[in-house]
Amino acid sequence: MTDHHDFDKNYLENGKGFKSWFFSVDHKRLGVMYLWAIGVFFVLAAIASFLIRFEHLSPGQTIVSAQTYNVLFTLHGAVMVFLFIVPGVAASFGNFLIPLMIGARDVIFPKLNLYSFWVYCAGSIILLGSLLAPVDTGWTFYTPYSIDTGTNVIMVTFGVFVLGFSSILTGINFIVTMHKLRAPGLTWDRLPLFCWAAYATSLLQVLATPVVGITLLLLIGERYFGLGFFDPAKGGDPVLFQHFFWFYSHPAVYIMILPAMGIISEVLPVFSRKPIFGYKAIAYSSLAIALISFLVWGHHMFTSGQSKLINIIFSVITFAVAVPTAIKVFNWLWTMYKGSIELSTAMLYSLAFIFLFTIGGLTGLFLGALAADVHLHDTYFVVAHMHYVMIGGTVFGLFSAIHFWYPKMWGKMFDEFKAKIAFVLIFIGFNVVFFPQFILGTQGMPRRYFNYSPEFAFLHQLSTYGTWILGVGFILMLYVLCRPTGPASANPYNSLSLEWQMPSPPPTLNFKEIPTVNDSTYAYGTKIEQEA
Amino acid sequence: MNWLPTSASTFAPQVDSILFLVTIISVVSIILVSFMLIYFVFKYKRKSVNDQTPAITHDSFLETLWTVIPTILCIVIFIYGYVYYDRYTTTPKDAYEINVTARRWSWSFAYPNGKKTFNELYVPINKPIRLVMQSDDVLHSFFVPAFRVKQDLIGNRYTFINFTPTKEGVFDIYCTEYCGLSHSDMIAKVHVVSEFEYAKWESGEEAKVENAYADMAPSKVGEQLYSSKGCVACHSIDGANGVGPSWKALYGKKREFTDGSSELADENYIKNSILYPVKGPDAKLVKGYGPVMPSYQGLLSDSEITAIIEYIKTIK
Ligand code: HEC
Ligand code: HEM
Ligand SMILES: [Cu+2]
Ligand SMILES: [Cu+2]
Repeated sequence: MTDHHDFDKNYLENGKGFKSWFFSVDHKRLGVMYLWAIGVFFVLAAIASFLIRFEHLSPGQTIVSAQTYNVLFTLHGAVMVFLFIVPGVAASFGNFLIPLMIGARDVIFPKLNLYSFWVYCAGSIILLGSLLAPVDTGWTFYTPYSIDTGTNVIMVTFGVFVLGFSSILTGINFIVTMHKLRAPGLTWDRLPLFCWAAYATSLLQVLATPVVGITLLLLIGERYFGLGFFDPAKGGDPVLFQHFFWFYSHPAVYIMILPAMGIISEVLPVFSRKPIFGYKAIAYSSLAIALISFLVWGHHMFTSGQSKLINIIFSVITFAVAVPTAIKVFNWLWTMYKGSIELSTAMLYSLAFIFLFTIGGLTGLFLGALAADVHLHDTYFVVAHMHYVMIGGTVFGLFSAIHFWYPKMWGKMFDEFKAKIAFVLIFIGFNVVFFPQFILGTQGMPRRYFNYSPEFAFLHQLSTYGTWILGVGFILMLYVLCRPTGPASANPYNSLSLEWQMPSPPPTLNFKEIPTVNDSTYAYGTKIEQEA
Repeated sequence: MNWLPTSASTFAPQVDSILFLVTIISVVSIILVSFMLIYFVFKYKRKSVNDQTPAITHDSFLETLWTVIPTILCIVIFIYGYVYYDRYTTTPKDAYEINVTARRWSWSFAYPNGKKTFNELYVPINKPIRLVMQSDDVLHSFFVPAFRVKQDLIGNRYTFINFTPTKEGVFDIYCTEYCGLSHSDMIAKVHVVSEFEYAKWESGEEAKVENAYADMAPSKVGEQLYSSKGCVACHSIDGANGVGPSWKALYGKKREFTDGSSELADENYIKNSILYPVKGPDAKLVKGYGPVMPSYQGLLSDSEITAIIEYIKTIK
């Protein structure tokens, strides 16, 4: 174990080799390991999605069989959701940044933190182990198909069940850390917004994850012991499964996006040299969104046969969440007003986030409107909508973070110019892949379709060509990140946030002396007007 | 390029009007956001590291503005969505009821006069229709883009769709709830016909069809039925394994069953397989296959079954 603490060594140099990492309780090392892990899973699931798209180059069979296609989109969805995006930004950058940002030496339960990571690894191995008899249910495991299919549903759902513990434990760890370990003077209203976002995310993880865990256990019980919770043949109710599933999975959507929103709130002020506009609105709206998000799950089920009244209520609440989301976008925009804007790579990703996330959010309005959702539900419109939120939002936020904290994390700089070329490719590629899908969906192209009518061919082909641009962009980005250009200074952007007030990369124990905080993290610019 | 599918029901233009409204709102919003992004980036471009910036953190007027306007827009969109949805879900009194049963991977329709059709739905124009739907197995969803209607089918309860067709023609019915291997081929057609033709169809299509078949060899008729009745979803004719056994060289072959018995595949065997496919976990099935073949009792006439048998005989 790493008991030989060395205050002068930075965290990357403090021990070499597999063991020094895999048994490390250092939150920074854990953050980096999570980043690697989600990176690997992202590449795996992205390859699956490129195959899915390639299959759609022509109607009928292009490269894979129908069964393989069904397996591919299940694999893609399950890996992207459960292994990549749910742990995602929170586990990687949350671990790396929260103690640094609040002036602590580590999270409050470092061993528990390591244990969460191991649980995550175990869950991932179980989930991927199902590839021996790959599952074809879609990542939603809807009953009764998931009870009926001959594929390895038990293993995948058990993997997700195990992963849930990692999520819950990390959530608890972060919440307690932020309550107990903030540096003197770091009041809640000075806390960086990334921490606020991580706090709201952690709440969701702790409150929502148990529900999906129990649901999947019921499903396993049904498959293994023949219990009749969801199978109509045994007097169960298949729609009940959907309620349980979305009771977790809608809040999970915010587990995915909130940390990315936190990142945007950190990057914009630094490259605009302005305080974040409407600090309180952003902080509290994170919490509000997190809580209301527990009450909208039924908007995934407008056509499932649930009662009309329930549909109407879910539609109202869904629109109620839309408003705080819109407010956030305007707050970010106005942060740039009269600023001194530097278009670094990280900033470009953040600006693209605002643009793409706005499209994702606006198209959500179509789906929230009852009569329109009747037409659009389970078509490619939904596929496009969710990818605008999850890639345009979360993945662009993650990429922004990777570039923004690169100097801090690795103590090196990267080639900004080439990184920007990668950005342009990814931005264009992404839109070429997914924008046509809005039109496809509106025209009535259903999702999870191996085959399609020739009338949809042109837009499908366009979408497939987009993945090629996107793929090149991803590869170029990786290439740039793997070839650092030189050492980084402690604070290359003149940021005021605590993590930049220490050498890059940070020393193993972060702070020799716990700092005292006297002002907001966003005290940029000259104060001319002051409101009460 | 058509942005929208044909509009062929009273509900379709209502949905389209919401799509139109929200599209306008979205386009205006995204132009506004993009304009601000781009304008700010150029206007406030960093000139030096010592640029002076004002510490603006609040603006009551703007914040009220961008809270109130989205709220109003959301309320308007909700109301639009709600009002049309309410009309769509309210059943008209004089609706013509058709029963729909979905099973992997086909649709069957039963009409008030006792007629049944398979993968082809016939409805009269300008008459309110109510579909009473149920699934025989997993979830399915009935989707007609031209009508803009969609509803899941469930195993343990009925679900409903109301629509009034307004345009004659043939439109696609898709399954939009994932249901396994041939989900994307679970496609049927809805025929919207004039009231006159509908009456004609109701009183004697069988005869018409039989007539149409009259001058065709039975094996050719069987070949058509093979795809039009959906056997193609599970049975191959080239020996490839599907959900069901291939028909290649089936006739005269010795069939082995899950209970250890066996039988020669002759005419009666094939006919019985079509009418009474064995269901339930311990029933007799062809070795290696599950109990998923639906019964075609009432869906295929005797002469049609004969035609299929003749067709199977030709697949060597
Ligand atoms: C949902 C898939 C499915 C569809 C659709 C389907 N079948 Fe089958 N069929 C099966 C399966 C599975 C078996 C084998 C298990 C069994 O014995 O029931 C089978 C068995 C048969 C057999 C016995 C074959 C043998 O090898 O012994 C015949 C004949 C048959 N089907 C005819 C038809 C006809 C005719 C149609 C169309 C009108 C049809 N099937 C549609 C799944 C299907
Ligand atoms: C890397 C670029 C990506 C591409 C090209 C891509 C493409 C696709 C495609 C083609 C589908 C299948 C649509 C269908 O047949 O219905 C799909 C489904 C899906 N994608 Fe992605 N995707 C990408 C990234 C992501 C990311 C980052 C996430 C994050 C969570 C994600 C989550 C999903 C989910 C949940 C589904 C639904 C799977 C299902 O229907 O069961 N994707 N994607
Ligand atoms: Cu949701
Ligand atoms: Cu289906």
